[in-house]
Amino acid sequence: MKLYMRYLSIHIRSQMQYKLSFLLLTLGQFMVSFTALLGLWFLMSRFHTVEGFALPEVLIGFSVVLTAFSIAETVARAFDLFPRLIANGEFDRMLMRPRGLIFQVLAAKMELSRVGRLFQAAVMLAYAIPASGIVWTPDKILTLVLMIACGAVVFSCLFLIYAAISFFTLEGLEFMNVLTDGGREFGRYPFAIYGKEVLRFLTYVVPMALFQYYPLLYLIGRETSKFFMFLPLLSLLFVFPAYGLWRLGLRNYKSTGS
Amino acid sequence: MKAYLAVFRIRFSHTIQYRAAAAAGMVTQYAWGFMELLMFSAFYRVSPEAFPMTFQQTVNYVWIQQAFLALFMTWFWEMEIFDTITSGSIAYEMARPLDLYGRWFCQSLATRAARCVLRALPILLVAFLIPGPLRMTLPPDAGQFVLFLVSTVLALFVVVAFSMLIYISAFYTVSAVGMRVMAAVLVDFLAGGIVPLPFFPPFLRSIAELLPFAAMQNMPLRIYSGNIAGADALWGIALQVFWLVVMGLAGRRWMRRAQANVVVQGG
Repeated sequence: MKLYMRYLSIHIRSQMQYKLSFLLLTLGQFMVSFTALLGLWFLMSRFHTVEGFALPEVLIGFSVVLTAFSIAETVARAFDLFPRLIANGEFDRMLMRPRGLIFQVLAAKMELSRVGRLFQAAVMLAYAIPASGIVWTPDKILTLVLMIACGAVVFSCLFLIYAAISFFTLEGLEFMNVLTDGGREFGRYPFAIYGKEVLRFLTYVVPMALFQYYPLLYLIGRETSKFFMFLPLLSLLFVFPAYGLWRLGLRNYKSTGS
Repeated sequence: MKAYLAVFRIRFSHTIQYRAAAAAGMVTQYAWGFMELLMFSAFYRVSPEAFPMTFQQTVNYVWIQQAFLALFMTWFWEMEIFDTITSGSIAYEMARPLDLYGRWFCQSLATRAARCVLRALPILLVAFLIPGPLRMTLPPDAGQFVLFLVSTVLALFVVVAFSMLIYISAFYTVSAVGMRVMAAVLVDFLAGGIVPLPFFPPFLRSIAELLPFAAMQNMPLRIYSGNIAGADALWGIALQVFWLVVMGLAGRRWMRRAQANVVVQGG
């Protein structure tokens, strides 16, 4: 952990060397999710509700997904660039070092400009938390924290799977973007609006609805059972297949050679 | 002219080699279009009266958008061009007896066209075959289809003319990834890339429709779906031509200025 902090501070300092470019990149990131928000706002102000969710309720779900995604992207960005690590042989060097591999990959790159998105998510939460009319008892606050934390884990697992697949293909696979970027883009709305099949997929296969839709129902009081509050924890099970795939890939890994 | 055609041909056959990438991209775009449409149907269920286009028009809009994504996406850049400028190898390019603006323009056109050719047909095929309300339909009539084709070509040219401006700006700011991302995202939004322009609030919509960005994907997609028809479509195409000329001339002038002032460090 101490070593990780050391790495973090190195990354912060190195990215702060180019202050203007960092600032612009952060702004750019902010803009990307800002136009997504603008689109959502246009639609919501035209139709007022969707699947019975009003704007503040939708925004809570959106900001949970966005926060979770940006945390995962800041921390696990290196997995996104993993095909490059394999291609240039950097990964072979990591295999030699006496530290955990996942740790080393994580430490290789941290993308701090993603705070741009985080900032927007924070603004949305700041608006939605009072506007939603939810009475923020301790259990609701706990639910919100669980949603974000578990969401970050699930997104990180998706990045890990992406990296694991590139053990086999040696290059990134674009269709994984449907799950990562797609999860972020379509997580703007509570996942139930996409119909039963999609919801089922996002519950049992890629458990994104477990940290967004179901606990949201609890937050806004549509469901009162405590079961919904702890559903995000269930999504943590996703760690097992992701880690399994990574191990499998690692065992089959042959270097790309020089 | 022949030289430019050659540039186009080389680039086209170069890009068309990447079939696996295209297949992966197709899956992504297919899933993306599907999710987008499911989202619109959720809003449609809330209140069909508040829908500014018919649902079928929206369906066609989204599928064409996904199929022709490679033509219209504003956030796609020819990295080679930026590299040429920042690395200084621009010096060699300028030594060649070919106008650089035209060359880069053709190269961008070819990349986009080739990427689109690989992806568009399979996506459209699926979109025409899926059962249920999300199935795509043909345009209202043949005339409308011709207008759509004309407008598509013009939109492609406008998009490339816009990205040329961004390339040229690299002469002045060496590394500005952030700026680039910002410009691309904003333009994409104003071109109807995230939400079709008719869904904008009326006031913003009337502004957005006059901006050059409405001459991008907004126009062909809405012409295909029949949302813009007849005289309106002709007027829209005229607007596209206007913006193409403006951006093209501006880009050319600016390029000449930039080339005159460029200093390449030796070593």
